[in-house]
Amino acid sequence: MTSIRMSGRGGAAPKLAPYAFVAPAVVLFLLVFALPIGYTVYLSLFRTEVKGLGLGKGSRTEVFVGLDNYWRALTDSELGAGALRVLGYGAILVPTMLGLALVFALLLDEERVRARGFSRIAIFLPYSIPVVIASLLWGFLYLPGTSPFNQLLRELSLPEVDVLSPTGIYFALANIAVWGGVGYNMMVLYTALRSIPRDLYEAARIDGCTPLQVAMRIKIPLLAPALVLTSLFSIIATLQVFAEPIALAPLTNSLSLTWTPLMKVYQDAFGRGDIYSAAATSVLIAFVMFVISFGLLRLTRSRAFGGER
Amino acid sequence: MRLDIAKKAAALGLGLALLAGCGGGAEEATDGPVELSFWAWAPNIDKVVDKWNASHPDTKVVVSKQAQGDDLVTKLLTSAKGGNPPDLAQVEYQALPTLVSNDVLADISEGAAAAKDKFAPGIWDQVTLGGSGVYAVPQDSGPMMFYYRADLFEQYGLKVPTTWDEYAQTARDLRAKASDKFLGTFSSNDPGWFAGLVQQAGGSWWSVEGDTWKVSVDDAATKKVAQYWSGLVAEGAIDKAPMYTPEWNKALNDGTQIGWLSAVWAPGVLKGNAESTLGKWAMAPMPQWDTSAPRTGNWGGSTTAVTAGSKKQKAATEFAVWLNTDPAAVEALVTESGIYPAATSAQEAQSQPPAFFPNQPDFYTQAAKIAATSSGFTWGPNVNVTYTAYKNAMGEAISGGTDLVPALTKMQTATVDDMKANGFTVGG
Repeated sequence: MTSIRMSGRGGAAPKLAPYAFVAPAVVLFLLVFALPIGYTVYLSLFRTEVKGLGLGKGSRTEVFVGLDNYWRALTDSELGAGALRVLGYGAILVPTMLGLALVFALLLDEERVRARGFSRIAIFLPYSIPVVIASLLWGFLYLPGTSPFNQLLRELSLPEVDVLSPTGIYFALANIAVWGGVGYNMMVLYTALRSIPRDLYEAARIDGCTPLQVAMRIKIPLLAPALVLTSLFSIIATLQVFAEPIALAPLTNSLSLTWTPLMKVYQDAFGRGDIYSAAATSVLIAFVMFVISFGLLRLTRSRAFGGER
Repeated sequence: MRLDIAKKAAALGLGLALLAGCGGGAEEATDGPVELSFWAWAPNIDKVVDKWNASHPDTKVVVSKQAQGDDLVTKLLTSAKGGNPPDLAQVEYQALPTLVSNDVLADISEGAAAAKDKFAPGIWDQVTLGGSGVYAVPQDSGPMMFYYRADLFEQYGLKVPTTWDEYAQTARDLRAKASDKFLGTFSSNDPGWFAGLVQQAGGSWWSVEGDTWKVSVDDAATKKVAQYWSGLVAEGAIDKAPMYTPEWNKALNDGTQIGWLSAVWAPGVLKGNAESTLGKWAMAPMPQWDTSAPRTGNWGGSTTAVTAGSKKQKAATEFAVWLNTDPAAVEALVTESGIYPAATSAQEAQSQPPAFFPNQPDFYTQAAKIAATSSGFTWGPNVNVTYTAYKNAMGEAISGGTDLVPALTKMQTATVDDMKANGFTVGG
């Protein structure tokens, strides 16, 4: 700070100081956030054009096409279908995962519960397994030929189930995410629960509340901010689903390489080598996420964070 | 400069964690020993490279092990755009036009054109793309053959099919005798395999007329192949699960899959995936459409290419030529990496069968005969698009239980649309 004071004119130092303090954050923000976004938007306005057979040197040139890439992305039926598939997947995943996380958090918060530390770790542990590894492990369990469940069904001469069928795949994917995500969300909710003053429960008990009523009427309403937060994160994570389907895709006919919008971006950029339309699709996805996040926050803010404004 | 930073930042922003670990930027050429980076996936390739390093103290080649095939193409395209490609890379034949069209590969005709005589003309055409440039040195080829479990064929009284009609009948007979076994599978995951079958049937997906590309992914021969397999899948005569999955490995190992239409490199895969079946497999020529004119296609096969971004192209070219034509190097490639060399002199020199096929001493004599019936094929500048369309459309058709032939139309449309969108001139 001294150097700033020395170099600045007399009296300017107090005005400079705040800028100096925010400078690292601003520089980092510009460098790793604003700049890449700007460059992505820039790229999304171009495409390559090939001359002739495209085999000679320098036969590709970058040409400006305006919003053409966006128009093509918006009218791409595969992108729309992918978005619908993700919605279906999210409709299964988010309620199941948050429901389980809430139930576990409430159970662990009960005074009478035993082996609390162990249960907490056991439920949380799957979260520490990388998604790709988890997906491959589940892949083994899903494939009818290697699945111990199907082996058991065969032994018992029961009809076999194929969870990798076109419909089953939604549940197969959601299951991986539930298995990995319940622990994390439970931790967030549990931590929030622990910070609720205990005397509220005592008062409720004196008023004759059963544990269930305490949970429904006191704990869950007070958990609302944490629930909103976990829902928001879960929904965003759902819309960005990528690792699970891309790890399972080689194992089954039911998953195309463009099954989710992000997989399509990946295919466009690295499969087709068309970074321009991939950039346009990325911008669109980011925009949709932005709208959803803010919309959801606005919608719930008055209820969840009522006292914080 | 600013653009460079922007590019790097954008790469980060797009989640390009892929690039991490590529390392090795292009340093300035110095007078000291030159170091060349080499991206390859052939097993034990580092041992072959050690031979070069031992005899060439001035040029050190450093191998960086990579994932096979499509993933490496992706990585090469990205690293070339980012400005730090390796000096050398192992590249499959079908990826050459894509990479050349994206300016990733250097024209090495100056240092490599003299190697032309060492290879069969059909193979050499693949690295020149029919022009005057040379974009890679051929390493190995993958003529397709039929592999089958000799012990189980005998047990079920099956005869090795010589025509596709016989193959279909054998598949049905097997299902009738052992309902839990399959003669093969139709894999929606392996477009290269399908392309090999199409080559055998005489299909042609791309061709060049003057300055115009002609695309015919849904030509008559391809339709014939798709229709044939569609029928087998529909009647349940063969399996429809993809290859190269844990399930498929297990099926090869425990004899659920008793046949595999594969290529000359199959013994290496079988050894890795189905080790308990050592000595139980045998190899035969592919079933034929027309026995009077036997043919086969190629599945895989790769080259050694020098990148356009390399600052040491001369030394790199020298190494690429050495690796694939020097007798000691090629022999090491055969014994260490288990490849089937593209250099013709080396094909004739192989006397020992692969270690996994001790029961078939004339394996390579037969293989050379089969390789001589390979059909030529012109690859287009966006094979990756066609391959992705194959995976998506075939996967959808199979899981939906519908005909496979309409999937070809989707592949054709995807290929042509992509080429047109990129400004290629595509003729009808």
